[in-house]
Amino acid sequence: MLVYVARRLLWLPVLLASVTFVTFVLGRYGPGDPVQVRLGTKYTPEAAARLRREMGLDRPLLVQYVDYIRKALQGNLGESYTYPGRSVASLIGKKIWVSAQLGFAALLIGVALGIPLGLLAAYRQGTWLDTALVSGALFFYSMPVFITAPFLILVFAVKLHLLPTSGWQGLFSPHIVMPALVMGLPGVAGIGRLTRASAMEVLGQDYVRTARAKGLPEHLVQSRHVLRNAMIPIATVIGFSLAGLVEGAFITETLFGIPGIGRLAVDSIFRRDYPVITALTMIFAVAFVLANLLVDILYAFLDPRIRYR
Amino acid sequence: MHKAQAVAIPTGRGESLWLRSFRKLLRKPKAVFALVVILLLYGSGLFAHWVAPYGYNQQDLTAVRQPPSARHWLGTDGVGRDILSRIIYSLRTNLIITAASVLTGSLLLGVTLGLLSGYLGGKVDSLVMRIGELFTAFPGILLVILMAATLKPRVLELVRDFEDATGIRGLVRWGIVDYFVVFGALAAFSWIGMARLVRGQVLSLKEQAFVESARAMGASLWRILLVHLLPNALPPVIVSVSMGLGAIAGAEVVLSWLGIGIQPPVPSLGNMIWEGQSISVLQKWPHMLLPPVVTVALLIFAWNLLGDALNDVLNPKAR
Repeated sequence: MLVYVARRLLWLPVLLASVTFVTFVLGRYGPGDPVQVRLGTKYTPEAAARLRREMGLDRPLLVQYVDYIRKALQGNLGESYTYPGRSVASLIGKKIWVSAQLGFAALLIGVALGIPLGLLAAYRQGTWLDTALVSGALFFYSMPVFITAPFLILVFAVKLHLLPTSGWQGLFSPHIVMPALVMGLPGVAGIGRLTRASAMEVLGQDYVRTARAKGLPEHLVQSRHVLRNAMIPIATVIGFSLAGLVEGAFITETLFGIPGIGRLAVDSIFRRDYPVITALTMIFAVAFVLANLLVDILYAFLDPRIRYR
Repeated sequence: MHKAQAVAIPTGRGESLWLRSFRKLLRKPKAVFALVVILLLYGSGLFAHWVAPYGYNQQDLTAVRQPPSARHWLGTDGVGRDILSRIIYSLRTNLIITAASVLTGSLLLGVTLGLLSGYLGGKVDSLVMRIGELFTAFPGILLVILMAATLKPRVLELVRDFEDATGIRGLVRWGIVDYFVVFGALAAFSWIGMARLVRGQVLSLKEQAFVESARAMGASLWRILLVHLLPNALPPVIVSVSMGLGAIAGAEVVLSWLGIGIQPPVPSLGNMIWEGQSISVLQKWPHMLLPPVVTVALLIFAWNLLGDALNDVLNPKAR
């Protein structure tokens, strides 16, 4: 186990270096010349050459990359193209917090609805309720966010006037309900499906039959034997839903006008603001890699039968 | 699905496994429903030129934002274009991109690399799997967006040069650049899952006697891979392709919706949803949004449903 974690940790810098390098190169090859953007109408070939040298853009790509990483590690992610003079770090800082809150709310919805619904389907195995829940889960699991979002807006905001259409007022306001629901629905479906499969497997185990046969009250059978064992794979799916949350964040935040990093990423792509895009991609990738590692380790802790080599 | 073991299933009554599986599939209502939806949607897209009542850019400025009527079954959009026709042409766009991405990314690249990686093992295996790991370290959609946004001008230049060099005109206007960019970005990501799946299959298959005897008889590498290993690894591949098609079809819509995929005037479901989703449009003309949204939902759901049904039929053990 320790050896496995150590090996994964050793592999981590290689992975992160490759991910950041690819992002960096793609950003450099993107359309739009930062020098031209900076100079605007004052553009002359001489001024451009001077600025290029000042910004270090005339050096080899690899040198620029190493330089970028060195600065990034000190928290300096460069300057935004579209907001001259504003550092990328300050631009991203607050927005990460907004996105984290939204993601947390979505995850909470996924767990709070997904686990009970999955268990319900497992206990009513083979009935119409099970079929309905399973096909419902398949539907919502495969639906992109921008399909469900306009639907919800149409029903709850435009027709029923129950919820605000867009905006952001923090974690405890009605504004968060629809975006969190939209982002959480695939999670509900995913966690629900896994809970059902996992609970069904546990219910068929010998130790559950033994527990029942020795006369253990049903609620104790459930809480001590079924739930505890069924939870093992569910605990880890939370890490996997991170991918879905990142994808959902782009679209949900844009649709509902939420000032998070997902919307910033989409806006930056439209504005060709490469320093911001590169920084965001790196942040997402680093978070992603770390989450995956954490999930793998968590998995091994929860289920001692799993042995990593 | 991933636990599926490739075992030689005895085929009774001289009927091939594939035919039997297909008949089993047709007995499942959800599979029939999925197949009908997919055939209907992509069929109309494929024959868009003959099926669609109007051209996708044909405007009727006297009939702007009309609700559904006998002349325009699903109404018209903000510049008087027939929504039904635009949906049908959008399905054609989606079909082209989805088919191209799956054929090259997941089937050609994914299956080949999976076969090689599993059968050869060693350095090849490590290399392929490490590269795959690298790709999965990114949140997929983000790199697809980044690639689409940054590589597009380069591709555009290439195509322009190609037009100048060969004298072939109209490629750029037809939107071929967008097709290439979206398809390339999607294909670059779709091979990994497939390669892993096939590799896993091959790892268990290659230890079996029939592979050893083929090798003993002096069969070449590609003969062993394609004739002996591939057919036995196919069932889970088919399930995975069906599940993946829904995701890729959806990804094309997402990219176009974000404005970095297929560009107007070439019709795409993503663009249509973008145009129809603003609050003011939703309030007054929901008919502009509902048809493309329902179409995308149906399409993706049908692919997943079909994948689910195929899984029941082809991998009975994995249930």
